[in-house]
Amino acid sequence: MTDSRPVLTMTGISKSFPGVRALHNVDFRLFPGEVHALMGENGAGKSTLIKVLTGVYGIDDGIITLGGEQVAFSGPMQAAAAGVSTVYQEVNLCPNLSVAENIFIGREPRRFGAVRWGEVRRRARQLLARLDLDIDVTAPVASYSLAVQQMIAIARAIDVQARVLILDEPTSSLDAGEVEQLFRIMRQLRDEGIAILFVTHFLDQVYGIADRITVLRNGTLVGEHPTAELPQLALVEKMIGKELDVLERIEEHPRRELAALEGGTPFVEVSDLSRKGAVAPFSLTIHAGEVVGLAGLLGSGRTEVARLLFGADRADRGQVAVGGKPTGLRTPVQAIDRGIGFCSENRRAEGIIADLSVRENMILAMQAARGWLRPIPRRRQDELVDKYIKALSIRPANPDVPVRNLSGGNQQKVLLARWLITEPRLLILDEPTRGIDIGAKAEIQKLVVQLSDGGMAVLFISAELEEVLRLSHKIAVMRDRELVAQLTNDDAVDADRVMQTIASGSQREEANQ
Amino acid sequence: MTMNSLTTVPTWARLPRRHVPVLATLALLLVMYGIGVSQYRAFSNIQVIFNVFIDNGFLLVVAVGMTFVILTGGIDLSVGSVVAMTAMVSAWLLQSGLPALLVLVIALLIGPTLGFLMGCAIHFFEIQPFIVTLAGMFFARGMCTFISGASIPITDGFWTTMSQYRIGDPRGNFVSVSVLVAFAVAAVAAYVLAYTRLGRNVYAIGGNPQSALLMGLPVGRTRIAVYTISGLCSAIGGILLSFYTLSGAPLIAVGMELDVIAAVVIGGTVLTGGSGYVFGTVLGVLVLGVIQTLITFDGSLNSWWTKIVIGGLLFAFILLQRLIGIRYK
Amino acid sequence: MSDAKNRFQAMVGHRLFWPVAVLVVMLAANTLYRPGFLTIEVKDGHLYGTPIDILRLSAPLILVALGMTLVISTGGIDLSVGSVCAISGAIACLYISKAPDQNALGMVLTALAMAIGAALVLGAWNGILVSVIGIQPIIATLILMVAGRGLAQLITEGQIITINSGPYRAIGLGHFLTLPLAIFIALAAALLVAAFTRRTALGMIIESVGGNREASRLAGIRSGRVVFLVYVVSAVCAAIAGFMMTANVSSADGNSAGLWVELDAILAVVIGGTSLAGGRFFLSGTILGALIIQTLTTTVYAMNISPQTALLFKAVVVIVVCLVQAPAFRARFSRRRPGAAPPEASPQRQKEQVPA
Repeated sequence: MTDSRPVLTMTGISKSFPGVRALHNVDFRLFPGEVHALMGENGAGKSTLIKVLTGVYGIDDGIITLGGEQVAFSGPMQAAAAGVSTVYQEVNLCPNLSVAENIFIGREPRRFGAVRWGEVRRRARQLLARLDLDIDVTAPVASYSLAVQQMIAIARAIDVQARVLILDEPTSSLDAGEVEQLFRIMRQLRDEGIAILFVTHFLDQVYGIADRITVLRNGTLVGEHPTAELPQLALVEKMIGKELDVLERIEEHPRRELAALEGGTPFVEVSDLSRKGAVAPFSLTIHAGEVVGLAGLLGSGRTEVARLLFGADRADRGQVAVGGKPTGLRTPVQAIDRGIGFCSENRRAEGIIADLSVRENMILAMQAARGWLRPIPRRRQDELVDKYIKALSIRPANPDVPVRNLSGGNQQKVLLARWLITEPRLLILDEPTRGIDIGAKAEIQKLVVQLSDGGMAVLFISAELEEVLRLSHKIAVMRDRELVAQLTNDDAVDADRVMQTIASGSQREEANQ
Repeated sequence: MTMNSLTTVPTWARLPRRHVPVLATLALLLVMYGIGVSQYRAFSNIQVIFNVFIDNGFLLVVAVGMTFVILTGGIDLSVGSVVAMTAMVSAWLLQSGLPALLVLVIALLIGPTLGFLMGCAIHFFEIQPFIVTLAGMFFARGMCTFISGASIPITDGFWTTMSQYRIGDPRGNFVSVSVLVAFAVAAVAAYVLAYTRLGRNVYAIGGNPQSALLMGLPVGRTRIAVYTISGLCSAIGGILLSFYTLSGAPLIAVGMELDVIAAVVIGGTVLTGGSGYVFGTVLGVLVLGVIQTLITFDGSLNSWWTKIVIGGLLFAFILLQRLIGIRYK
Repeated sequence: MSDAKNRFQAMVGHRLFWPVAVLVVMLAANTLYRPGFLTIEVKDGHLYGTPIDILRLSAPLILVALGMTLVISTGGIDLSVGSVCAISGAIACLYISKAPDQNALGMVLTALAMAIGAALVLGAWNGILVSVIGIQPIIATLILMVAGRGLAQLITEGQIITINSGPYRAIGLGHFLTLPLAIFIALAAALLVAAFTRRTALGMIIESVGGNREASRLAGIRSGRVVFLVYVVSAVCAAIAGFMMTANVSSADGNSAGLWVELDAILAVVIGGTSLAGGRFFLSGTILGALIIQTLTTTVYAMNISPQTALLFKAVVVIVVCLVQAPAFRARFSRRRPGAAPPEASPQRQKEQVPA
């Protein structure tokens, strides 16, 4: 399958940041003509490994060789010139420039120093045709969807005479058809002899395309295996280690019957709510003490539903009743006033205020609701903050540390605390466990169960079906910006059933008659 | 889902949007000229137009340099002071008897050097351009009075020739050397921005600096380059100004940076960077020049109306940019 | 020994250390150069001396910089304060100059009220452009910076309006409890702003909006209102500073009153440690910054250097202070030591990480 000599080797790589050992003595090799998946939980060191490879960071220790020669790139440009190209998770293109220019900028064909625009456009069309992408190459990149932008970025990467192509979670914004298209291209490139380093979180994709898997955990190498010799379960075990059983324990918690919860007036009753371009009209009821899971692929409209319910975006049509009374949810202020809280999936951009302390971040929503003229007395602040630092075991347990210094999981807990302090009756959690370590994940899942036992309604959004199945009483399934089914989470429902619904969308079941 | 269906905006509706601000500026210019011609008979004289160029040649050069900086999303507050410093240094060196050519070379080196240093401070130490160029502004203005507290006249032969030489047609209409220099600078700049890697990198950085860095573009070098270019343009502007006034005065061109920024914005360049053209900047400078001419022609209006009108135009054009939504970030 | 070293490091890491150090060095240099520099004497029951002058002359700058601090904290900037100074001074002086009795206290108060009213309108204009229409602050306020100068000249009709009003002059030159009244006005404004922001939750909410506007909105903060408010506050502060500037010379000049004060004010804020990117703000740092700038100006005057050349020194101070505070610059130097900071973390942050 592969040549005996690797095109790229990394030996004994170590990299530290203050207080964090990001990589410790990691080995990695990449052969020509293979797709090599780099796997690991968030924080395992995948991104750091890629960044030290492409010269974004220097290494503290270790040796990198490319084609048998030792290299130390000073940055992505030099790496690309040597044949190591990268496509990043967030699309990195210049939105104001045309498609053609984005593909060629930095290496435009020139004559006497002048860019030959005709040639740029012609070659861009050629290149995109190879990717089956028929778009106007003179239009600015900003006018295309994220998926198309991702393809443009790949086109840019493969135009360089690349020996090594690094794809850092390229599929996170693509739908199934687009992923298949990408895989076709990856196979084509692999057959041409390019070595592809592929980072993804989706296990199915790894088994769909990768020839070999390297697993990292906590900055150290766990192992390198041919895909065929590593069953899925073993891979998961290697990625998350023994901590797996922490998650198992929650399963034993007895789930209350949905019928018992759904008597009486629902806390929130939504009918035909919609927003053009975001989500088609949907109806949903959420009762007190109920955990409603929202399942669906990325981009299926999960987040959009949450934002409409919180008034973060305004609905074009439809009615909302809270506690039986019709009401408008046009701004977050109104939603908070009606007892709704919302933890955004985008923790850094829409959640934490990085500059402010843990204390300030926690009391922010409560303070906003009181108005700035009525500050929360210091003693009350201390009580609240201490209570939630203890209850959620936030580390470090110092309320005056800027929240930016906390790990992702602890930042997420601070955000949870921000809303718990307001004592909401409905808490919307959009991907609360994404990008945080396994321990924190288990704690947050446990917390959701506790909260619903205590009578709080929770709308739980997650890309991980297992998690949704474990926690929810009812699962609403989203597909292509439409709520296609509501399933009562009883013994008849399992991951296969939900996935079938996501895939087909036809199997509509009304759970709440 | 096929890839084609993801193309949401039709081609015909998308392309002209980037050009709307420039077209609006052009329309405004024509309307103002029309008003001038209809109100004042002398306004239709072609020399009136030439005079707008003659009076604003140095402004145009400086505005072209500022266009580079603003396209990267930066700002250069030092331009007015650098113009004054260049004129001042030239006058001082000429007075002390250095040959004109040497003076020209020295004067043209000072601006870019300061620009280069400011660019380095912005890039290497990550200090906001606003603050760094503010310090540059203080420095250059301080140097002016350090050289001399009073205006220094220029009597050098080369300078006076350049000042008085008229390039014109047989009917007596003429332009000065400055106008040609200004147009040459604008033409070179337009070429650099449209056809060279440096120019395209400038747009890329203005569009998204993080992406530009990850795409392997030389962000630091480009950033330093634009401040150096702006410094060079300010230096050329300073020389042109000294041709125009035949002196170096410590307090000349105070507040000029505002006019320059206004001209660039009225010319359709977006202040967050990434979108704009040198041609627009030329139009923006002309708009400012025609306003001044109109107010001069109308004896009853006072000079402060210029500022109020410029402020109003700034408002109108920024509102226009908002309405058509040129914001890529 | 290591304890002393730690304490030293903690002190150097404190955000006010460098501003204070610069101020102390400047005062010391002045005293060396001119031993009588720090002398304060009593004349006619008033205190006189260079330190008092510095305090008095820095009062307008402190006022403008206080408002600017709040604006910058929301991630904005207000370039129009100089023009607002000129407009408010012009309105007040115009009204007083037209009055039959220029010394009537009631009339002067009416004049001040009118000028503050105008400042409220101008601040609201800026606030609407930024918070409602969503124009970037630097451009939104640039409009008023350019047009406002024109408006000020329009009010004074291009003339310098000279007045002879005791009560008005007192704003700039009057005394109270042996000290210049201007010092008390600036102090009162500083205390008021401090109480307004730190005794209520306003300060935290401003910092939150400046730190992350979208996250603040989703936490239920009405970000628009907060942003609007700070521009109004900034305009009012500028108006009062405008009174002081015009009262100092008993005349209003639409062209030169408050010229470049916006730049000095921004400098004062930055020297005081508030980041131009928004977020945390430090009123005490801002006041120190204003004092540094005024001390510098006074020093240069005292050395018989022309005021314009003083700009040279200002440039040097700006660069030094900004360099010292720039994380990238600090990192470059601390990198030489083992266990140094990463490029993106300042030593201050590093220190705070210790409990983790």
